[in-house]
Amino acid sequence: MTAATQPTVRPAGLKAPVIRIGVVQWMRRNLFNGVFNSLLTVVVLLLLYKIVPPFVQWAFIDSFWTSTAEQCRAGGGACWSIIPANLRFIIFGFYPYELHWRPFLAMLLLVGLLLYSKNRNHWRRSLLWMWIVGLVVMGTLMKGGILGLTAVESDQWGGLPLTLMLSVFGMVGAYPLGILLALGRRSKLPAIRTISILYIELIRGVPLISMLFMSAVLFPLFLPEGVTFNKILRAQAAIILFTAAYIAEVVRGGLQAITRGQYEAAESLGLDYAQKMRLVILPQALKIVIPPTVGILISAFKDTSLVVIIALYDVLKTTKSALANPVWMGFSPEAYIFVGLIYFVCCYAMSNYSRRLEKELHS
Amino acid sequence: MDPQAITTCPRRSGEDKIIEITGMHKWFGDLHVLNDVNMSVFKGERIVICGPSGSGKSTLIRCINRLEEHQQGTICVDGIELTGNLKNIEKIREEVGMVFQHFNLFPHLTIIENLSLGPIWVRKKPKKEAEEMAMYYLDKVHIAEQAHKYPGQLSGGQQQRVAIARSLCMKPKVMLFDEPTSALDPEMVKEVLDVMINLAEEGMTMIVVSHEMGFAKSVAHRVIFMDFGQLVEENTPHEFFTNPQHERTKLFLSQILH
Repeated sequence: MTAATQPTVRPAGLKAPVIRIGVVQWMRRNLFNGVFNSLLTVVVLLLLYKIVPPFVQWAFIDSFWTSTAEQCRAGGGACWSIIPANLRFIIFGFYPYELHWRPFLAMLLLVGLLLYSKNRNHWRRSLLWMWIVGLVVMGTLMKGGILGLTAVESDQWGGLPLTLMLSVFGMVGAYPLGILLALGRRSKLPAIRTISILYIELIRGVPLISMLFMSAVLFPLFLPEGVTFNKILRAQAAIILFTAAYIAEVVRGGLQAITRGQYEAAESLGLDYAQKMRLVILPQALKIVIPPTVGILISAFKDTSLVVIIALYDVLKTTKSALANPVWMGFSPEAYIFVGLIYFVCCYAMSNYSRRLEKELHS
Repeated sequence: MDPQAITTCPRRSGEDKIIEITGMHKWFGDLHVLNDVNMSVFKGERIVICGPSGSGKSTLIRCINRLEEHQQGTICVDGIELTGNLKNIEKIREEVGMVFQHFNLFPHLTIIENLSLGPIWVRKKPKKEAEEMAMYYLDKVHIAEQAHKYPGQLSGGQQQRVAIARSLCMKPKVMLFDEPTSALDPEMVKEVLDVMINLAEEGMTMIVVSHEMGFAKSVAHRVIFMDFGQLVEENTPHEFFTNPQHERTKLFLSQILH
């Protein structure tokens, strides 16, 4: 017994050979190996030469950062001044100007909670309570009406807080719903399986825009007279229901990747269905599908910009409205680059985090 | 748990059978994989089942804890009949340990978490107690120093010993082994068999599907030979190896004993 577990010492081996190549060698190997690749390299370099210097000239050298619109028009460079001049409208939309500190605080709280939740050591029951308290505080800040805060109706909400709210709660709501649907689709009970399949296929067969329309126009028709649901809430529900169908299919893929042996081992220990799924199967399946899940969450985040078609002012729409101001008309590239950057920062943070999480969970 | 939900089997006094299978049949589609199986296992008995591949030996022991469902006949484990009733099934699974050919450890949990999972969630033991018990059994399979590693960091032999310890943590009344050494590199077979021999010496009731004839000779009370879903022959190891009765048994033995 002990002989078998006793580690034996490996005799010292030779060092692996080191191969080094010079710059010229590297270029020849990677950029100019063959006629076609050499041609491609030359064409790409030419294109870069045509594009990059003029862009740098426009964006950084000839640009205006804190001027008026007139000064911008006189010069030829980028007019970044449109951003500071309209920043508060782009970020907060039609929220009452003197109350902007409230959505600002709410966003700060949301970002703080997200950052705190990044660390897996914080994933305890207390985190759930922090989120619940955080949500109540955020809701109070946005809506007001109590504690001496002026009430702000939700039709005045807009801009970045709206985008963040729709996407964060969209993801938080869609993820568990998607998991349930994936489990339902693999259920042995025909009724549950059929309902899950119908749901997933129906939702996936419809564009998000039509779901948003339905939530805004069709849904109220079914409600009794006088009963109204908040428009934002309805859009939020549409986003959750839509994203969940996609999450479900991804999670189903993960479930299929788990071998039968894992199910059997869990069952032979006497774990019931819920324990088996929660403790053994889902932790493994969800880990496998982190990359495609994050892909869906990222596209869900960007899809929130579609709420503009039911007249909600998300951050893209507020930007567009700022451009409608005759003073700043014509500077749309600058404004769109700015919103693009906001989207990019958020999406990049998500994909970065997913990569880190994957690495941490890799055992 | 509602006691009425458990279907019990009639038990004659003076008998110490822990498993009783009568007239059991099973089909995979049209394939008749288990054909009129009748067998009893007494407490403390050690049985080795052998037979050619596809003979139904794995399916037989998988039926005993309902990883496979039988279609006819009865299976009684510790006085409880295996029916479609989930409560019966979960109750039996708590009492029957199973060791698989491919170990089936949970790769996302450390060794000690693998071991304490069942005691904590099924037996409702406090975490500390479950972990102490896990360490006790890890020590028993000579692997306590690996407690905080993940299964992927262990060799096949070590993983299989962990799998045995994981089953033991549930304090089962019967242990089923489904070809526990056939996925192992040859130099690791012995360390697993040694653990199983220790277990046998402590009086554990064991049913082992295996081609390890040395193990069968030294440990088993009975050897059963299966072919085409039937129990062809059963005997004491000595009789079984020196004086096989059936032609099929003789052919099989001549093929595996060179």
